[in-house]
Amino acid sequence: MTTIPRTDTSLFGQWWWTVDRWTVFALAAIIGIGALMLLAASPPVAERIGLEPLHFVKRQMLLLPLAIGVIFFVSLQPPRIVRRLALAVFCVSVIMLALTFVMGAEIKGARRWISLPGMSIQPSEFVKPTFAVLTAWLLAQGKASARFPGGLVSVTLFAVIVAMLLKQPDLGMAVIVGAVWFVQVFLAGLPIILVAILAVLGMAGLFGAYMLLPHVTSRINRFLDPAAGDSYQIDRSIEAFANGGLFGRGPGEGTIKNWLPDAHSDFVFAVAGEELGLIACLVIVLLFAVVVVRSVLRVTSEQSLFVILAAAGLATQLGLQAIVNMASSLHLMPTKGMTLPFVSYGGSSMLALAVGTGMLLALTRRRFGGIEP
Amino acid sequence: MSRDVPPAVTDLAACRPQMRGNAFRGGSAGGPLHAAVERGQSRLVFLAAMFSLAFLVIAGRLVDVTLMAQPAEPRAVQTPPRAVETQRADIVDRNGTLLATSLPTPSLYANPKIVPDAAEAARRLAPILVGSTEAELRERLSEDRSFVWVRRQLTPRQQHDVIRLGIPGLEFQRDERRIYPQGRLVAHVVGFSGIDQTGLQGVEKTLDGDIRGATAPVQLSIDLRVQHVLHEELRRTIKEFSAIGGAGLILDAHTSEVLALVSLPDYDANFPGTANPETLFNRVTLGVYEMGSVFKVLTAAMALDSGKVNMASGYDASRPIQVSRFSISDYKGKNRWLSLPEIIKYSSNIGAAKMALDIGIPAQRAFLDKLGFLKAPHLELPELGAPLVPNPWREINAMTIAFGHGISVTPLHVVAAEAAMVNGGIMRRPTLLKRDPAHNPGGVRVIKQRTSDDIRRLMRLVVTDGSGKKANVPGYLVGGKTGSAEKAAGRAYRRKALLSSFVGAFPMNDPQYVMLVMIDEPHGTEQSQGYATGGWVAAPVFGRVVERIAPILGVLPIDEESPQIRRDLIVQASAPGRSPNAPR
Repeated sequence: MTTIPRTDTSLFGQWWWTVDRWTVFALAAIIGIGALMLLAASPPVAERIGLEPLHFVKRQMLLLPLAIGVIFFVSLQPPRIVRRLALAVFCVSVIMLALTFVMGAEIKGARRWISLPGMSIQPSEFVKPTFAVLTAWLLAQGKASARFPGGLVSVTLFAVIVAMLLKQPDLGMAVIVGAVWFVQVFLAGLPIILVAILAVLGMAGLFGAYMLLPHVTSRINRFLDPAAGDSYQIDRSIEAFANGGLFGRGPGEGTIKNWLPDAHSDFVFAVAGEELGLIACLVIVLLFAVVVVRSVLRVTSEQSLFVILAAAGLATQLGLQAIVNMASSLHLMPTKGMTLPFVSYGGSSMLALAVGTGMLLALTRRRFGGIEP
Repeated sequence: MSRDVPPAVTDLAACRPQMRGNAFRGGSAGGPLHAAVERGQSRLVFLAAMFSLAFLVIAGRLVDVTLMAQPAEPRAVQTPPRAVETQRADIVDRNGTLLATSLPTPSLYANPKIVPDAAEAARRLAPILVGSTEAELRERLSEDRSFVWVRRQLTPRQQHDVIRLGIPGLEFQRDERRIYPQGRLVAHVVGFSGIDQTGLQGVEKTLDGDIRGATAPVQLSIDLRVQHVLHEELRRTIKEFSAIGGAGLILDAHTSEVLALVSLPDYDANFPGTANPETLFNRVTLGVYEMGSVFKVLTAAMALDSGKVNMASGYDASRPIQVSRFSISDYKGKNRWLSLPEIIKYSSNIGAAKMALDIGIPAQRAFLDKLGFLKAPHLELPELGAPLVPNPWREINAMTIAFGHGISVTPLHVVAAEAAMVNGGIMRRPTLLKRDPAHNPGGVRVIKQRTSDDIRRLMRLVVTDGSGKKANVPGYLVGGKTGSAEKAAGRAYRRKALLSSFVGAFPMNDPQYVMLVMIDEPHGTEQSQGYATGGWVAAPVFGRVVERIAPILGVLPIDEESPQIRRDLIVQASAPGRSPNAPR
């Protein structure tokens, strides 16, 4: 660290001394643990579905340098460029999201993917962070200028996006987008009474999903009463944690991953629990907490409402995703197919997270003397 | 709230006149935007606190799941498989192996008045209900009634397919199917039950009252492992000697529990419709046969028990006996005086006949009556054959009965009596139900302990020196008697049609199990040098079965050369002097 003098005015030097280094360290550690877990957890899954054992590892390792590059590149940008970048990516992803209804590949009963040569892309993953940035700008602009109907545009856009996500259907994604948007309007100063009303509406929406969507009903019923139905995954998951104990079985030494269908994605945390043990899992939780809580606290000293809202939105999205994934693995909530950021396998998720995290790092950089317009 | 960064005063842009609101810029102090920023900042702290709390909960749960909650974890409760309620109880062998069970199955019926298009329904049902033709189904579905059975006892797959057709008017009723997992192996013991859940054959019929409506399984005395060995060896022998059938029976010598009962040919109890009278016929309990020389053991026992004859007694077997138009001669006769052990060893008809006459007709009749030979046997089976007993009982009958002709009994009769001959003299009623080992089975004394001891020696002698050598198994002290009865055909006997049998027990120093094997009309092979007699056909089966079941039943091999065993089983089997007991 000390090898970079504070007087270094090169691009990297400037970045190094302005970026939130604790968050960078935490992210680097998460990415490292992720690579380790992928090596351990994905070969059994690949073999089970008839691929060569290192299939997932190879794909992810090709994407990882790209993702790190994206994080670094995006984090170099000033807030204005971040906003433009978000707008551009958002527009492209919304168009692609609309295209999924026309030419999407149907996987497990949902149309979420667009097949491109070489890889498939899940546009909704890219909608998530960019929409947060856009919402932040709309809300901030709405506050700054009475003529600009930021709130209204934001609500409209939000309704359209959520409708599209529910159409796919991708309830998990819709819930995350909704929660992030809710956090942002809350931070933007929504009166408490309206906050309460929105919270009630959200609950009602979830209850509606429970009543109307059969697979949601089944998931939640199984969570509430494990004896009622197939709780195979969650039983194996809990078994994995118990099996790992304090120090774990050692990387690669786990056995329960062989029976966990989604060991490399939704239940990667359970594999970590078995192989690395409780202490390492607590470290992983701590790392995510550092990234999220530090980023949120860091922008409290920020004067720009856009930066506050955008950074908080991105941090919320990252944090919620990690919390939902870990809580599912621990049977604290119904299982929801959500990836553990940078640890689970998933190309779209990884790249979208890289964009989002890059923007988060960019927004939480120290900008002495405010923002250049 | 931390405010370590001062308001942006060095920012040139902040000094520009504020033409329009700018989302990037902090509001000027006191303005509405500034208030919004301040509220946002305080709410950020709230957000951070909520996240911290969530992460703490996760950390707590991690500790809980990993270290503390192992036993208390609410696992999916493993509900024990619910007992299927059926109309008939299971039947199991003495070790609890399933012999018969019931499965709930769906039966398909139709209300033809509701079925909209019988022809269409029949066309779509036919491929599912294999075995029914489309025309048959169409006819049934067109009947002018409101209830017709379409097919009883569908498989789950068939039910699924019928449901998927979605034809109105087709309904299911819960039905039951009796399953016999052992197929033909115990068919003659267990029997089968009909489609209305009533027993029609075997134990299913005799114990119907205990089976129907009951839940506790009915436990038989059969040992499936022993049954399998006997079944396999008999089948092999029948094939080898091109015989028309065979029978085998193994009894516990002390309790008279039936361990194995085989009658061949047999049928698969799961498909009673494929059985015919020949395969349904139970040779062990229903068939009555002139058993031949195996009777000589009984004659010897009767004679010894009367006290008139002892092991040193002898009879003149030098010439055939002529009684009116009958002639009794010996097969491979020695044509000299024979001692009692020699009569058994060489299977002398003349000797046995003279011995019987010595004891007298009423005594012989009374003795056989005591052994139960004059009535149908007792067993928990509906198929029990009444013996064919001579009436009147003349001298010639007494003589032929002495060597097993002129009286027809079931193999079950013989084995039950044989158990009493070797177990110390107590006759017990055979049973197919497992006895409580703690319970004394009772029984009637039919011969003296001393007589039983002599009989054991005689039976061992047949295997060591006589016609039953091929039944010997080193270490298991097999003893028994061969039989090669000519089958009666009308009024005469067919010399070529034999009923070759071996009745014996093991180990002879303390018999545990009594067994009969009987092969119906075997044909001599090259290996048996053309012989089809009991000694060549039945004795080897007996030996092979003993060899295989003794380890299963826990009978330990014995050192045959040990002084105690030799002393116990020694017989003076040399030619006698002229006996004072001998007639004439």
